[in-house]
Amino acid sequence: MSLPLLLFFVFAFIAVVGAILLISAREPIHSALALIVVMVSLALVYVLLGAEFIAAVQIIVYAGAVMVLFVFVIMLLNAGQEERTDWSRMAKYAGIPLAVIFLFWIAHWMARAAVGAVAGYAPGESYVTPSTTADLSKLLFTSYLLPFEVTSILILIAILGALVLARKEDKA
Amino acid sequence: MEFITQHPVLVVSLVKIAVLLFVVMTALAYLTWFERKVVAHIQSRWGPYYVGAHGLLQPLADGLKFFFKEDLTPPASDRLIFTLAPMLALALALTAIALIPFGPPSIQVLGQPVFIVSNLGVGLLFLFAITSMGVYGIALAGWSSNSKYPLLGSLRSSAQMISYEVSLTLSVVGVVLMAGTFSFNGIIQAQSGAIWHWNVFGVRHGGITQVVGFLCYLIAAIAETNRIPFDLPEGETELVAGFHTEYSSFKFAMFFMAEYANMITVSCLATILFFGGWLSPFPGTWTWQNYLPGALLLLTGIYTAFDTFVVLRGIARLQFAVVTLLLLGGGVICLHPAVAPVIQGPFWFVSKVFVFIFLYVWIRGTLPRFRYDQLMSFGWKLLLPVSLANLVVTALVIVFPWLGAHG
Repeated sequence: MSLPLLLFFVFAFIAVVGAILLISAREPIHSALALIVVMVSLALVYVLLGAEFIAAVQIIVYAGAVMVLFVFVIMLLNAGQEERTDWSRMAKYAGIPLAVIFLFWIAHWMARAAVGAVAGYAPGESYVTPSTTADLSKLLFTSYLLPFEVTSILILIAILGALVLARKEDKA
Repeated sequence: MEFITQHPVLVVSLVKIAVLLFVVMTALAYLTWFERKVVAHIQSRWGPYYVGAHGLLQPLADGLKFFFKEDLTPPASDRLIFTLAPMLALALALTAIALIPFGPPSIQVLGQPVFIVSNLGVGLLFLFAITSMGVYGIALAGWSSNSKYPLLGSLRSSAQMISYEVSLTLSVVGVVLMAGTFSFNGIIQAQSGAIWHWNVFGVRHGGITQVVGFLCYLIAAIAETNRIPFDLPEGETELVAGFHTEYSSFKFAMFFMAEYANMITVSCLATILFFGGWLSPFPGTWTWQNYLPGALLLLTGIYTAFDTFVVLRGIARLQFAVVTLLLLGGGVICLHPAVAPVIQGPFWFVSKVFVFIFLYVWIRGTLPRFRYDQLMSFGWKLLLPVSLANLVVTALVIVFPWLGAHG
């Protein structure tokens, strides 16, 4: 097994374990931490795929900014332990079989896609071309300019909305 | 041997990481000594003096003390996170240093650059990614202590670090624009030539001085590392010791080391981004500069020799004799024609970083602490607009080169 493949399995395993912990942890802050683990290991998988820029942005934006706010809010509100109910009958009899079917379905499609992708390459050859930040930004500001600008307007609207909600009511 | 020639990247990288870890750990220990000495002299005191000559063994004594102190864990704390937080803080701080290039990539062993542990194409972004994770160490430490002062301290710290991270990142974008790359080597090589090509002066074709960006970076970096005058998260008069109030023994030492490691990282980054990294300030034709490091070591050695033979007595004299021998021997080795050109890069890099470290300590010894509302309004209402304006001006100069310098 080559080193990148081995590393992929390590990080993928950590990501899955983190995701399971995220759901099963009872303390909100433990869940938040597990989510950070998932995001960081996903970023490392991106590095293995040659997408360094996406990996760095993933950590900066999600793990470094979004999750900091999550943790901040949990700390500020001093959220207590989650209350648990017993498993509902619906989850037991319909949920688990559906989840298993869904997993097999994904695995099936991934196996087919991987066979198609590997076909054209010699063994050991990397089948991803590393994308530089310059290439990415060129695409972003030419082919995908409209979606990019629309997204920025969307974020602006969100900021204005947050401002309006957070503003104190005028006393007059 | 066969294994080494078959896997040069793996073996050389592991050796480099081990050496870097050792050097950084030693540097961290002696940074505390340096800071105590400088602050003491600013306040007309002697500082550490009794453990070793001029207190040189004080860091060792402190380390031993931390190691053998009782390790307390408050019963009401979240044990797992309480233990994890200092580890996270230190691990992230040390990881960041691995991204720093300490010398030119041209000096190689087994085809691998000696002074660069990791040469990422997006090195700068990765460094910001790691430092943006650094807030967790402090936030989680405060939360898991389950105590009022640490929680307040860590809340303050999180808010402060989020606020100043924006200015920190924006203030360096001008440099990235001028170099056209996120890689540290690219940014340094874009500044090659002589001292006036460095980004802080920016006298090169289509360039503009980044001195505004540098000042914004410096202020934001001090705030990011929670140092005086921005050390509100641990303001003694209000919060006992802030986020690490409940920590003792080695866990406290880990926070301490993380803070100093972060100081080194931001100083390295300032050197790379604005002061030409491992580049020499002199033109390459001045070959005498190759003998500068050796000559400096010899001069320091002569000074300590004077101290050894004339001033000191007893065991301190013996200890300083060892220091003198090390300095003189190092100086002679550095003057060797085969060694002199190799250590040029690290010499200039470390010298520049040292200036910033001194600046940090100097500021600590000089300025009083900010008030919390002053801190926030300064960050958002002054620092952020100024760094944004710097970015806009730099972008304009790059699009219209006739606006900029013509060096």
